[in-house]
Amino acid sequence: MSRRIQITVEENNLSVKERLDTQTIFELSVPGRTGFSLPPEPPETKGVCADVIPERFLRETPPALPEVSELTTMRHFTHLSGRTMGVETTFYPLGSCTMKYNPKINEFGAGLPGFSNLHPDQPASTMQGLLEAYYQVQEILGKLTNLPGVSLQPAAGAHGEFTCLLMAKAYFDDKGETERTQVIIPDTAHGTNPASAFRVGLEPVEIKSDSTGRIDIEALKKVVGPRTACLMVTNPNTCGLFEDRLAEAAEIVHQAGGLVYIDGANFNAIVGRVRPGDFGGDMMHINLHKTFSIPHGGGGPGAGPIVVRDFLAPYLPAPTVVKSNDGNYDFNFDPRSIGKVRSYFGNVAHVVRAYVYLRQLGEQGLRDVSDYAVLNANYLLSLLVDKYDIPYGKRCMHEFVIDATRQKKMGVKAVDIAKKLIDYGFHPPTTYFPLIVPEAIMIEPTETENKEMLELFAAAMIDISNRGSVDAADVVDSPLSTPVRRLDELGAARNPIVVEAL
Amino acid sequence: MSRPNNVRYQKSHEWARLEDGSVVVGISDFAVEQLNKEIVFVDLPTPGRKLKAGDSFGVIESVKAASDLYAPVSGIVSAINDAVVADPNQVSEEPYGTGWMIKITPDDPADVERLISPDDYEKQVAEESH
Amino acid sequence: MSNPYIQATPDQIIEMLAAVDATSIDEIFNDQIPSDLQHKDTFDIPTALSELELQGHLTRMAARNQAADSLTSFMGGGIYDHFVPTAIMHVANRSEFVTGYTPYQPEASQGLLQAFFEYQTLLSRLYDMPVSNASLYDGASAVGEAVFMALAVHPDRNRIVMSESVHPDSRALVATYMAHFNTKVDIVKAGNGLTDVQALGESLGDDVAAVVVQHPNYFGCLEDVHGIEKRVRESGALFIVVADPISLGVLAPPGTYGADIAVGEGQPLGLNQYAGGESVGIFTCKSEFMRKVPGRLVGQTKDREDRRGFVLTLQTREQHIRRAKATSNICTNHAHNALRASIYMCLMGPQGMGEVARACVRNTNRLKSAILKKHTDAIAFTAPVFKEFVIRTNRPAQQVRDALLLKGYLAGTPLFETCGSGYENLLLVATTEKRTDAEIDGFAEALGEFL
Repeated sequence: MSRRIQITVEENNLSVKERLDTQTIFELSVPGRTGFSLPPEPPETKGVCADVIPERFLRETPPALPEVSELTTMRHFTHLSGRTMGVETTFYPLGSCTMKYNPKINEFGAGLPGFSNLHPDQPASTMQGLLEAYYQVQEILGKLTNLPGVSLQPAAGAHGEFTCLLMAKAYFDDKGETERTQVIIPDTAHGTNPASAFRVGLEPVEIKSDSTGRIDIEALKKVVGPRTACLMVTNPNTCGLFEDRLAEAAEIVHQAGGLVYIDGANFNAIVGRVRPGDFGGDMMHINLHKTFSIPHGGGGPGAGPIVVRDFLAPYLPAPTVVKSNDGNYDFNFDPRSIGKVRSYFGNVAHVVRAYVYLRQLGEQGLRDVSDYAVLNANYLLSLLVDKYDIPYGKRCMHEFVIDATRQKKMGVKAVDIAKKLIDYGFHPPTTYFPLIVPEAIMIEPTETENKEMLELFAAAMIDISNRGSVDAADVVDSPLSTPVRRLDELGAARNPIVVEAL
Repeated sequence: MSRPNNVRYQKSHEWARLEDGSVVVGISDFAVEQLNKEIVFVDLPTPGRKLKAGDSFGVIESVKAASDLYAPVSGIVSAINDAVVADPNQVSEEPYGTGWMIKITPDDPADVERLISPDDYEKQVAEESH
Repeated sequence: MSNPYIQATPDQIIEMLAAVDATSIDEIFNDQIPSDLQHKDTFDIPTALSELELQGHLTRMAARNQAADSLTSFMGGGIYDHFVPTAIMHVANRSEFVTGYTPYQPEASQGLLQAFFEYQTLLSRLYDMPVSNASLYDGASAVGEAVFMALAVHPDRNRIVMSESVHPDSRALVATYMAHFNTKVDIVKAGNGLTDVQALGESLGDDVAAVVVQHPNYFGCLEDVHGIEKRVRESGALFIVVADPISLGVLAPPGTYGADIAVGEGQPLGLNQYAGGESVGIFTCKSEFMRKVPGRLVGQTKDREDRRGFVLTLQTREQHIRRAKATSNICTNHAHNALRASIYMCLMGPQGMGEVARACVRNTNRLKSAILKKHTDAIAFTAPVFKEFVIRTNRPAQQVRDALLLKGYLAGTPLFETCGSGYENLLLVATTEKRTDAEIDGFAEALGEFL
């Protein structure tokens, strides 16, 4: 064969390297190519749809999915994974997100076919192993928080917030206190707090934090009253500070007949040492993907179990898992339940992972989580105090916020520092949150990092600040080492392209 | 940018100008600066809607921020500027000109005079710039 | 150290404490947390097990479940025993995908962002809808979000009409979500397995924000979506369709019959059944609603050097910017399950999706015919179906289910357990592409005495 084939590598002005780097799976498609292995289709099957389904219900043309081989698919997604940072790629100090190591024994448990092949409508008698894991996780979370009513149904932290607020409304409705429509939220809160409140038909009322970054008791007193449904507080808060006057604040809210909701996003700072039920919390969500080592999966799934005081337990979403006298486990549907917030029982695989983690660590191991999360954060903070402004003192819990206002004056903003860190090989911390610190950089090292890594990261942070004072443009130009440079977000938002054109 | 003298302002940075019996409303150059001049989207009401002074009549969005727009006077929306909906960049470039947003037929045209004067608005901006 | 994942050595602990001016970790806590709030007593939780012990413990625990790996499953009703290609977990479990988080720093996460952009495109093409978001929690919460979006599109309307043939968990969820939102939810009967279209038409009015219909519906039946769409259109309400993605290998997609929002449960796309806990909520809609979409959206753009790149876009919709006025409170979504669904759709392609769907139709039809041969009245509803249908049993279906379990079958869902009274002798069964002719014939035989 001597037929000449012309290869056009300069198509769309892309080099070979660029084409390999940037092709979407759709651009790799070749008509007629397949990547699956199914039993051969019996001849009569080809026409089966026309036989049993009226034509008006049938698809006229097959969906325009890519036609690719298994190897092409594997190469494509492996390539994409290489253009992504994870906790096992590098230090990932994304504040508030708790990017700690995810133990592999969790995956061993979650991957067992005896768990993964269960159908949710199976009778409870056929899933006793799973229900035991459910029951144990409910029990342990109740004991760690001193909030004994537990539901593992919410799919994420925000979903847990929303569920608790629905329960609070149902509780007040039962008491005839329908005028309780306000949720008091400090200005340091996660955006999910006011968004969840709105979703339940409640009105968020923001209060300003005091100069130490904590709840302002006087501001709270001004807004609390007969319209208060609850106070919603993250503790430790998003500045990395323990709300040491929360018990007092809770007392004020309780006196007025309201409830206290604890956003448990930062529970990893106090687990094994402090029970949120002891500082006045009535309801709380727990992010299994933060405190209890569930992997973040590139944005989820997470899991947002909720824990509540006994008088709120009847309102929990149904079903919960109970243990009967004969030692068997069953589902319980309380007639006062608010109902369902998710299909079936929740993110079950994650509950199994959390079960494994809780059983591996036990009481002392969990206490170590908070001990070393706090020690690591304080140590890293001590390495940065000379170069960066520290808005809230030299002591913190599991994370801290620094303010890059000093660097901004040199022409280097928080976002520039974040981008430059990528060139040093680190995933950036959270920036511009909490909203009350102008050039906020929020750093959470977690307990699983070692001292050497914290020192390397601090060296990078100091180096960036030093460079900024000499040549700000060098920092602002970053990142340089990534597959793409800074992206045009303005163009993306003005003229959104959210699917690839046919 | 030098601010025009023929408009009045309200605290939330909308301006208003009486023009042939209608009140033309837009946002100030300072508000545009606050949005990093990166305006990507403007949502405006349908004409005919009744507004009270202080009501939210729409939303303006940049890449990473969104702000409600508040009516400076009470009245009925008589027209909207389709050009800024189609090309929000007009607001960044000519906030007092082609970047106007809505026209209101006011309940009381004198309401415009009760808004913040250009001089006082200068002072407000100077304070907020700190 | 009782926590094997902590790396600090005793010497390092001393150095670190010295650097922070503390003599002990307790001191750091005592500085910040009032002593009376610290729990000094035991927590009374189970004692720690080593990894070595846990491997055995977990294996024994899993063995106390009876799952579809040892039984033959005819269960459906939202979660299905479909084929899961081996390749999916091998590439989806790359640790960058598993251990990364929401791509807030696009330059560090181009791979994830591109994967989500491709997910959006795949779903958009499968459902024939112009816009897809980057995933929600599950099918039921996707229905809930769709209803919230419809209320945002129609702020002056405060009623939702849903068919009784929508999945009971989705109906329960919408009831829960709307309970305190000043919105009434009306359920239209589906007595013979299909939505009563006339009753649906009569329930509509200019106060209805959306109509929710599932197709194929919870009972497996194909709804008169064209007739329903016509009535919905006249009322000005939004038409929300819940559709099984596997069915779209052969069935006309929601975009072709006028859906404004099309949602679904993505588990059938290569995810494990996991007692319903490995889900992904599919959410697609028309372009005009793009700025009201809940959750994350990935958009294509360019970098400073004109290279194609991807970013999270229209972020002002989201809670971290808009707070109370966000289009939804969702933050964490089901990204990793969405990724796996994407890999599934790429491996299967148009041809594989067609083959899987046709095998479902064929196998279901084979089981239906075999049952009809045993008893001519045993099929409860006569409407055409895709991959599941309802059997009328001669005793409470729970008893049938329990009896067949002893013969090695997960026989289906007794509808009494999910739909309540009136459904005592009805069993919902599904037949996927995984069931062999021998399994289908054996199951029909085993069912014989209960028809």
